[in-house]
Amino acid sequence: MGLLSDPNRRRALINLLTRLNAPICGMPVEWLVKTMQARGLEVYTQRFSRTLPFPDENKERYMVKGTNVYGILRAPRAPRTEALVLSAPCTPGDNNNQAVGLLLGLAQYFRNQIYWAKDIIFLVNDHDLIGMQAWLEGYHHTNTTGMDWSPLQGRGGSIQAALSLELSSDVVTSMDLVLEGLNGQLPNLDLANLFYAFCQKIGVLCTIQGKLQRNDWDSVSGYSHAVQTMMLMVMKQASGRPWGDHGLFLRYHIEAATIKGINSFRQYKTDATTIGRLLEGMYRKLNNLLERLHQSYFFYLMPSLSHFVSIGYYMPAFGLLAVILLLRALDLWVQLATPPPTTEDGIADIEQSSPGVLSVLTPLVISHLTGAALYMLPIRFQEMAVEHFPVSETEAVVLTAIAVYTAGLALPHNTHRLLSGEGTEQGWRVLKLVALLYLAVLLGCTALINFSLGFILALTLVPAAAFVTPHVPKVLSAFVLVILSPACTLLFSVFFFQELQEMPVSFLDGWLLYLSVISQGILDHFLYGSLVYPLIALLVYPCWLLFWNILFWK
Amino acid sequence: MSGLPGFLIDDRLHFPSCPSQGGQRFLVEMAAPLTLLLVLAVTIRAALFRSSLAELIAERVEVVSPITAWKRVVEGLALLDLGVSPYSGDVFHELADVITAVALYMAVKDYNKQVFRKQKFALEADRYPLDCLELIRSPKEMYYIPLKVAMFYLLNPFTILSCVAKSTCGLNNAVVALFIFSTIKGNTLLSAIFLCLATYQSIYPLTLCAPAMLYLMQRQYIPVNFRRASFWWFIAQYLFMYLGSLFVLICLSFFLLGSWDYMPSVYGFILSVPDLTPNIGLFWYFFAEMFEHFRLFFLCVFQINVFFYTIPLSVKLKEHPVFLIFMQLAVISIFKSYPTVGDIALYMAFLPVWSHLYRFLRNTFLVSCVLLACSTLFPVLWHLWIYAGSANSNFYYAITLLFNVAQILLVSDYFYAFLRREHHLTYGLYLKRKDGSEATLVLK
Repeated sequence: MGLLSDPNRRRALINLLTRLNAPICGMPVEWLVKTMQARGLEVYTQRFSRTLPFPDENKERYMVKGTNVYGILRAPRAPRTEALVLSAPCTPGDNNNQAVGLLLGLAQYFRNQIYWAKDIIFLVNDHDLIGMQAWLEGYHHTNTTGMDWSPLQGRGGSIQAALSLELSSDVVTSMDLVLEGLNGQLPNLDLANLFYAFCQKIGVLCTIQGKLQRNDWDSVSGYSHAVQTMMLMVMKQASGRPWGDHGLFLRYHIEAATIKGINSFRQYKTDATTIGRLLEGMYRKLNNLLERLHQSYFFYLMPSLSHFVSIGYYMPAFGLLAVILLLRALDLWVQLATPPPTTEDGIADIEQSSPGVLSVLTPLVISHLTGAALYMLPIRFQEMAVEHFPVSETEAVVLTAIAVYTAGLALPHNTHRLLSGEGTEQGWRVLKLVALLYLAVLLGCTALINFSLGFILALTLVPAAAFVTPHVPKVLSAFVLVILSPACTLLFSVFFFQELQEMPVSFLDGWLLYLSVISQGILDHFLYGSLVYPLIALLVYPCWLLFWNILFWK
Repeated sequence: MSGLPGFLIDDRLHFPSCPSQGGQRFLVEMAAPLTLLLVLAVTIRAALFRSSLAELIAERVEVVSPITAWKRVVEGLALLDLGVSPYSGDVFHELADVITAVALYMAVKDYNKQVFRKQKFALEADRYPLDCLELIRSPKEMYYIPLKVAMFYLLNPFTILSCVAKSTCGLNNAVVALFIFSTIKGNTLLSAIFLCLATYQSIYPLTLCAPAMLYLMQRQYIPVNFRRASFWWFIAQYLFMYLGSLFVLICLSFFLLGSWDYMPSVYGFILSVPDLTPNIGLFWYFFAEMFEHFRLFFLCVFQINVFFYTIPLSVKLKEHPVFLIFMQLAVISIFKSYPTVGDIALYMAFLPVWSHLYRFLRNTFLVSCVLLACSTLFPVLWHLWIYAGSANSNFYYAITLLFNVAQILLVSDYFYAFLRREHHLTYGLYLKRKDGSEATLVLK
């Protein structure tokens, strides 16, 4: 028994899909409502609107208004306590023009089955992530991002799992699984394994990070292919942005993944019917779950679909990096605690801890004020920047951020004019001790929430933090410290990411991509609550400035 | 006074605390920094109250426990009944913090004077071995201690969070601080009354009876000897005042509320731990995992653990009742059924008083690193458990355990340092065995 064991149904589905193949421009709300109602779903709409803090040049939107449409298929014989979601983002143009058709076809098929124990919500969201955020906030009665949305009239129960569909052509060669969500959160590994196992059973090619997996693990090229796949996942997780519409579900403890259809140059093509069977199978499996998926790992890295690296393997690597910082701090503590070798008349000086801590306060406060400036100034001063310079708002925001960042580099030379007599040997040691402990705790907390981000920051910042003292050669160390700072790490990551995806870019294109990555990061923070931008601006950058301060200590 | 080095006669024997012109100047000089500190503390709290962080902080389980939050509801209702706006509560909480700080400041100042006086008499009586003169404290180092105590309490992030969350912990701390102040001043009646108030709010300050009695007996030169009648007479007096005021308070509550219901709901709640909301204490995880059959047994074990350390500690520290107060406060904050960070802030405020023990402390780096790391990891793992769903209660309890172990290590480290200093003051700084070789000191 399956979707297409009945030839009549098969023909009806193909007809439907052919009719729906016309690209959907904008969001045909009335048509969707009518079509869903014709299939026997309870249909509701939700309006939302949001003004972005500055225009989004990648997607070309600024004042966003839209409508989400969703239909609920009620489970025939079960209490309405649990639900599953199948969503397809509806964007104008050719981007996702087949997904909605498949969704409606599936809705019609699912309506005729009796085995559903959970409500199924078919969601078509407008303006992809913004609409999804509005819908989820409305569903869970929270309002964390300040969006304006109308309350949801109809609800299912608590959502157990969700799948988001992105399909741009009616035949595909492989299905790509996207797992990375907001703030680097991942769904339970069981969901990925479920999808992969079912794809193998049906005979559909499944990929991850757009790469097919290979079978030759022992050869060098096979191993490097796996490492590249894993590095792609690390990069995507570290960026903290949701790489599919599913990314926003994870915050509400709902396991979700995005399934993308990829049409490349391959002989064997899978048609929409098989994709439909795949999705039907997935939903029947999810329907049979008695509890939420929680048995498998939530923290993992996947070098391929059949292999994963669990937290027990990768956390010790991070732990060893953090231990470097702690050992250096311990060394400084011991240096500070041993009394100076010359004592005048037998009375040792007891003022070790208290005055030292106060002198450390000034660099700390100034660094954090600069970090706060980096966080708040780009958005606040964009109108002023646009008046005075011939740039657009997005460019103004990004360039202000870079300007504040670079201005922070000039600080140590200026603060030393304010402070007088602070240049003691003991002063920089106390500052370095505080900075090392601060960095260790910061990296630890970051690695727990978003491991990839924590690890990349640790790789670049720990060597810098460990070696910097006022006595190393200044010019070379300043250069190394700037190369290892968060902004340059981001620049290198952009180029590295493009290399991994086998789409290397020239320097100018890479620079423009870098600027757009910064603007996307800032937008993600304001739109969805991504933590990468505030973390780097308010915590990592001041910490790096402390080390820069130590380097130029007089 | 022969045999004492000249510098000792000049500067260590002259403590500018006598009520002369020098003393007045001393008081005026100290009042200005204290006022500045109070203004800064109130500004920080007022700024945080008005910001949007106030609701966020008021929901944190580390800062607000079921005891302190429930009472807030009652307080709000009571104020509403009286026609007062419940929002005047935030000024009330800031005031509680200010009262605590001022009480601690004055208590520590008085205590320092007494420590110095005792030290002077011991020096004149030649009771210290000659090689431990570097352990003797000077007025110069003790000058800023009261201000540091007030600063440690007011500017401690734990206290600020507690105040902004409108937790009644600030009020508990104020009553305990007033009790300490009246005890150190030697006022038996006020000490008993404030102790009774503190016990009335949560049962655990009952253990502070022992150090209070020891201190007041020491101050009135009553020897601590079971065979003396004066000892038992003083204990009877103190207990009479204490139990009498407790009785008056309970009857007053009965008349105000009209029934005895509040006793099982307040004291029964504290003792029987029905609410297992996670907090920074040790109870919730155990009692969530335990079978009903054994619940009473483990409840007794956990509760006795809080009261159990009173007698051994009192026996060991009967000459040093103020240090005993510090140890008891720490034991209460760690082992009570619903601790919050406000309780921790109270005993941490005392740490500058023992700053002269710094050279004997062994674990400062480890303890401070672990406390700092755990304080930042609490909200992270809470988020991972409750919101992201990627972690579970084990992660959060691991951090709780680590935090409490670090606190226990801190307290036992100070205990070791204190006892070691006392030992050196009796037997000399450089210890030698009977055959003249160097010996080391081990705490068993």
